[in-house]
Amino acid sequence: MNIDAVQNAAQAAQESTADPVIFSITVFVLAVIVGYHVVWNVTPALHTPLMSVTNAISSIIIVGALLAAGPVEMNLATVLGLIAVGLASVNIFGGFMVTQRMLSMFKKRT
Amino acid sequence: MLSANMVELAYLVASVLIIFALKGLASPATARRGNAFGMLGMGIAALVTLQLDAVQNYAWIVAAIGVGGLIGGVVARKVPMTHMPQTVAFMHSLVGLAAVLIAVSAFYDPVAYGIANHAGGLYPASRIELFLGTFIGSITFTASLIAFGKLQGILSGKPLIFSGQHWLNLLLGIVMIGSGIMFCIDGSWAPFLLMLAVALVLGVLLIVPIGGADMPVIVSMLNSYSGWAAAGIGFTLGNNMLIVAGALVGSSGAILSYIMCKAMNRSLFNVLLGGFGGEAATASSSGGAIVERPVKSGAAEDAAFLISNARSVVIIPGYGLAVARAQHALKEMVDVLMKQGVDVKFAIHPVAGRMPGHMNVLLAEADVPYDIVFEMDEINSEFADTDVALVIGANDVVNPAAKSDPSSPIYGMPILEAARARHVIVIKRSLAAGYAGLDNDLFYMDQTMMLFADAKKACESIVQALD
Repeated sequence: MNIDAVQNAAQAAQESTADPVIFSITVFVLAVIVGYHVVWNVTPALHTPLMSVTNAISSIIIVGALLAAGPVEMNLATVLGLIAVGLASVNIFGGFMVTQRMLSMFKKRT
Repeated sequence: MLSANMVELAYLVASVLIIFALKGLASPATARRGNAFGMLGMGIAALVTLQLDAVQNYAWIVAAIGVGGLIGGVVARKVPMTHMPQTVAFMHSLVGLAAVLIAVSAFYDPVAYGIANHAGGLYPASRIELFLGTFIGSITFTASLIAFGKLQGILSGKPLIFSGQHWLNLLLGIVMIGSGIMFCIDGSWAPFLLMLAVALVLGVLLIVPIGGADMPVIVSMLNSYSGWAAAGIGFTLGNNMLIVAGALVGSSGAILSYIMCKAMNRSLFNVLLGGFGGEAATASSSGGAIVERPVKSGAAEDAAFLISNARSVVIIPGYGLAVARAQHALKEMVDVLMKQGVDVKFAIHPVAGRMPGHMNVLLAEADVPYDIVFEMDEINSEFADTDVALVIGANDVVNPAAKSDPSSPIYGMPILEAARARHVIVIKRSLAAGYAGLDNDLFYMDQTMMLFADAKKACESIVQALD
């Protein structure tokens, strides 16, 4: 087997693995479908808590903020990241806690 | 540190927990457990990220989380339930701003995210994702701030309309996308910053023409945007956790916007064009063709007499109830009636209040049990068999013209059929038109009695008369 053949085989193997973006798109589309079905089952009486909890959930963006704030040496990127960590924390704590507060108000007839 | 595989698996667990959090909201009985799942999922996602090698700046990060968490906690405890719409709008703006900051940070230092090519610049695919995340985040940020201002009363709730508005928006949209494409091609700062600036302006301009009562749709739509912004950042960073959570939130907000539009019989496009309410109101006041029609009005004692002699009463609360902060006084009245053996139910229109489900939360806060509160579709068939329909601070959602008058602007909008009850009592401060600027035939019907008063005072007087 000459070197060309080996290189061709390696290249073919690389081409047969899909771009990571395709996996991201797969995950995205499936998550949208799951979201669609789960949210249609939410009772209309709880639409306000749904909004406050989804607001907390969208603050999952803190994962990106932590990566931005991660490096020890401070530069523009880290400072912006730290601000984003703070903003996302407001939403995570605020969102989940206010949802909990609202949900605890919903009581059955006694 | 956990292996890369373990990290991905932990993110999977967190994603599933977050799906359970939404699933729990199918019923008030399971919702609190669902919320606990959500917190657990968020905690796992944050902790797993914190232990990554790339994250070392602990002191500052803990400080940022501490300050943010404290502010969030205080807001969550103190905010009155009547202010939930603006609180949620404000929080959406924070998500938008965070997305923008992360995007700028990722563009400034792509190496830190592992998304840089050999030259230290961004791959073209990353540029596209960054473009999407940035512009959605920017629009979410400023649009939510304007929505917050309108709901909080800092800005006028009236639609702001000027000529050429839609053309200006279209032009800005084209500039934004154009500079975005430029950025995707050459990856330089100038088009990136131009795109960012135009998107921020566009966010403001998109919301100013939209009136206060259309805010349920707008808040839902911005809820959706905040999710898409998170998913966009997830694509940039190649992080499935962000993509899943963002997609869930995005579809949730989209469904809520759809439900709200349907409840007003309008398309999302029609709401976004704005100007609704403002124009209609001026048209009817300048028309001058309004004929004075006789109404029957009564005192609180008359209302008390009617409802205490009824077998069944259906109460229809509207935004006026929230404005007058009458929910506690109303609950007192309900307690007295239920003690006297009257069958009391509540009927909620999907767009009652300033955000989806707002009225349900206000009633729950006043200790109204959720099993006597019904949605429009559940209760409409019962009105024909109801002795008294008591309308408090609601107008357009009980206007029979929506069913009978094809020339009415709200024709086709689903309504609560209060007009079919044996007696109707309407508590309202005056005969002023509602949001749609329309007169309401319900007020002039034979079986209707108007009680002109502030909702809170009216409820208190009825309670006194009942004793």
